[in-house]
Amino acid sequence: MLELIKQPWHWAVSGTVIGLIVPLLLILGNKKFGISSSFRHICAACFSGDIKFFKYDWKKEVWNLFFVAGIIIGAYIASTFLTDPAAQMQVAPATMEKLQSYGISDFTSLMPADLFNWENLFSLKGLVFFVIGGLLIGFGTRYAGGCTSGHSIMGLANFQKASLIATIFFMIGGFISANLLLPLIFKLVQ
Amino acid sequence: MTFNDHVETLEEIEIRHQDTLCTNESRLVHPWWYNFKYTIVGIVFGIVFVKAEIISWFRIQEMFQLTSFFMYGVIGTAVVVGAISVMLIKKLGLKSIYGEKITFEDKEFNKGNIYGALIFGIGWAIAGACPGPLFAQVGSGFTVVLITIVSAITGTWIYGKFREKLPH
Repeated sequence: MLELIKQPWHWAVSGTVIGLIVPLLLILGNKKFGISSSFRHICAACFSGDIKFFKYDWKKEVWNLFFVAGIIIGAYIASTFLTDPAAQMQVAPATMEKLQSYGISDFTSLMPADLFNWENLFSLKGLVFFVIGGLLIGFGTRYAGGCTSGHSIMGLANFQKASLIATIFFMIGGFISANLLLPLIFKLVQ
Repeated sequence: MTFNDHVETLEEIEIRHQDTLCTNESRLVHPWWYNFKYTIVGIVFGIVFVKAEIISWFRIQEMFQLTSFFMYGVIGTAVVVGAISVMLIKKLGLKSIYGEKITFEDKEFNKGNIYGALIFGIGWAIAGACPGPLFAQVGSGFTVVLITIVSAITGTWIYGKFREKLPH
């Protein structure tokens, strides 16, 4: 059994478990599934200042921060105890080729180690991939009213038109970014 | 002793529901440690994130380069399972484990669902993660992603600061 768990999971298994989190949170306490709101609750708890958008009872939503803390713990457990250390990432050949042309050479782990390391923090790479990437995610998700969890899973599961529109534009933004912007960005930072 | 005995004003409730689908609709007040059950759900979620390699920057590039079906399969399955669950909960009028009726509300469309979504989509492909996987990447040992999370919190704060000036 443990050997089976240690293999990478099939998309249908993973999708089913993620989908079941929606009813689980509802049944445990009438909570709506979402992640990006955690960023807002941290703002409301720590840096609300005189900003009206953060003047709400964040303690009412503190469950979301407990939930997010669980994600960190779960990811630690999975990568420490439930992963075969010899297993390598299988990247689609066409994508691998393209990324190699951008200058990425390490395809062994989940993240390209040549990008996501602390040495890059104070470089152009760090500014783009950590700081600007993060700013766009935080600003964009809140402006959109949710992220992939809130809109694309919870919202679509509840047949919300606004969530369908948001999901379509998440994908459009991603396609533009991955196919048009990233080639330029890599030219700039390499 | 309860963690939160503050009684929300109507205005506070309205602000709490602004620009989000992810809210707590329970009226019950519980001790703070009751929230640990959500940590357990989060742990399951974190394990799936890693085991399905959804947190991989490479999987996100594959998705947007249309070279792999994997991410479409994951999200598609999750939506179908979620939708069937929501339909069943509505149809059966299910209650939470504390006996409260499970409620759903509709969200009005606003222009942020387009502009904000485009901005997030651009960040998604650059960082190679949406908000959930950011936390999972940190747990997997890619600790530099903490900087991305701090930046995302900053981005959210900037949005809050300028919200009234943006088209909605």
